[in-house]
Amino acid sequence: MLATNLEHIETEAGFRETLASNENVMICCGRMGPMCLPVYDVMETLTPDYTHVAFRDMAFDEPIGRVIRSLPETAGFMGLPYTVYFKNGEVVAATSSIQSMEQVTAILDQHFGAPA
Amino acid sequence: MATDYDIVILGAGPAGLTAGIYAARAHRSVLILDTASVGGQTVLTDQVANYPGVATTSGRALSQTMAAQARAFGCTIVPFARVSDVAVTGAEKSVAYRGGERARARAVIVATGGTPRRLGVEGEERFVGRGISFCATCDGEFFTDRPIAVVGGGNSALEEAVSLSRFASRITIVHEFDHFQAEPWIVAEARGNPKIEFLLSQRVLGFAGDGSLAALRSAHRETGEVTETPVEGCFVFIGYVPNSSMLEGQLKLSERGEVVTDGALATSEPGVFAAGDVRQTRVRQITTAVADGTVAALSALDYLNEEGL
Ligand SMILES: Cc1cc2nc3c(=O)[nH]c(=O)nc-3n(C[C@H](O)[C@H](O)[C@H](O)COP(=O)(O)OP(=O)(O)OC[C@H]3O[C@@H](n4cnc5c(N)ncnc54)[C@H](O)[C@@H]3O)c2cc1C
Repeated sequence: MLATNLEHIETEAGFRETLASNENVMICCGRMGPMCLPVYDVMETLTPDYTHVAFRDMAFDEPIGRVIRSLPETAGFMGLPYTVYFKNGEVVAATSSIQSMEQVTAILDQHFGAPA
Repeated sequence: MATDYDIVILGAGPAGLTAGIYAARAHRSVLILDTASVGGQTVLTDQVANYPGVATTSGRALSQTMAAQARAFGCTIVPFARVSDVAVTGAEKSVAYRGGERARARAVIVATGGTPRRLGVEGEERFVGRGISFCATCDGEFFTDRPIAVVGGGNSALEEAVSLSRFASRITIVHEFDHFQAEPWIVAEARGNPKIEFLLSQRVLGFAGDGSLAALRSAHRETGEVTETPVEGCFVFIGYVPNSSMLEGQLKLSERGEVVTDGALATSEPGVFAAGDVRQTRVRQITTAVADGTVAALSALDYLNEEGL
C-alpha cells in the first residue's frame, strides 16, 4: 500500500467499482519513489478543487498494478509512474514518468473540464 | 488582495525552509511560496546518507520534517503557488501568486534552487517515459538486458552509469568533452566496468524511434562525424540550471544565471538575499543549502533591524 493521502485501489473489484461509479477518474500507478511522489502531491493538491474527478493511486508492484501495466495505452511505457485518465470507464489519456502540476491540469481540463 | 509579510521566501527546498525556521523563530512574519511541492530537489532523492545527525533517510522525509518545523514556528507555506510576478527592486517588494493574491515583503530570500538541465534536442520530450529517464533508481529495471546510454560526465552521470550496469546489457556514456568532470575514483570505476563504453567529444543531435526509443544520434564536436548509437534507454545527467529567470534584470546574475551574492548572502539589491543552489557557489548539497538558509535569514533579520522595518 502506498503511503499517500489519496484513496488507494487495492483489488480488481475496487478498480472496476471506481470506474463504474465515477465519470472521471485519474489513477497514478507507482511506488514511493522520486518520480512518483511529485505526482501524488499534485493529485492531493487538486482534490479539493477538482471535485468532479476521482483521484486514486495504485501500487505498481502489487498484483493489482497489472490492471494498469497491461493496458494497451501503457505498452511501451518505461518510466514510473504510469498515470491513466478514464472517462466513463474508457482510457482518454495516459502518461509515463514524472508530471508537473501544469501537465496534469492540462489533461484534466481537456478531458474532464476545468473546475467551475 | 495584498498581504504584508516581513520576509517572503521563494522556494520551499532545504534552503528556503531553513531560512523560514530562522526568520519565524525571530518572530517575523514569513511566507514561503513554492511553484511545486515542498522539498525541492530533495524529493528526487531516494536516500540521503550524508546529512549529519541522520543515519539514512529519504529526501521527502527530511524535507517534510523541515516543513513541519517551519510551520511550527509560524511560517505560512504555500506549495503549487503559481508565482506569476516577482518584483524585488526598490523598497516595495512584492510577489503575485495563485492567480490574484499578492504578498508585499520588507525583505525577500530567493531560494529557488535548480532544475535538471535538458538537452533540448529533437525527440527528447517525445521519449520521456518511453526510453528517456532522469532517475536510475526509479526506472533502471525497465532496461534489464537492454542497451542504454547515459549522457553526461559529472559524478551523477558516472555513478548512475555504474549503478545501471546491474540492469542494462551495455551502457554507452556520451559526453561532450574528451575528459570527465567527475571525481577520479568514479571515473576509474566506470572505466573498469566491462559493460560501459565511452563516446566522447560528442554533441547530442537527437533521439529516434518508432513509439519507443531506438537510437541516439550524436556528432563529434571537432570532426562532425555522426554516430547513431542503438539504445532502448537514455538517462540524462547534464547538470542543473538555476531557477532565476524571473529575476533577470532585477538582480545581478552570473553568466550561467546564478544569483550573485556576497559573504552575507546579500544580492545586488538591498533587502534581497539568496540561498542554496540558485546562487553562485561551487558546492550544491543539502547541507550547504541549509547553511545558506541560515545565513540568508540572519542577514535578512539584520537588514530589517538596521532599517527599522
Ligand atoms: C537526484 C538528486 C540527488 C541528490 N542527492 C543528494 C544527496 O544525497 N545529498 C545531498 O546533500 N544533496 C543531494 N542532492 C542535492 C540537493 O538536493 C540540493 O543541493 C538541494 O536540494 C538544494 O536545495 P535548495 O533549497 O537550494 O534548492 P531546491 O531543493 O532546488 O529547492 C528549490 C525550490 O524552489 C522552487 N521554485 C523554483 N522556482 C520558483 C519560483 N519562481 N518561485 C517559488 N518557488 C520556486 C522549486 O519548486 C523547489 O521546490 C541531490 C540532488 C538531486 C537532483
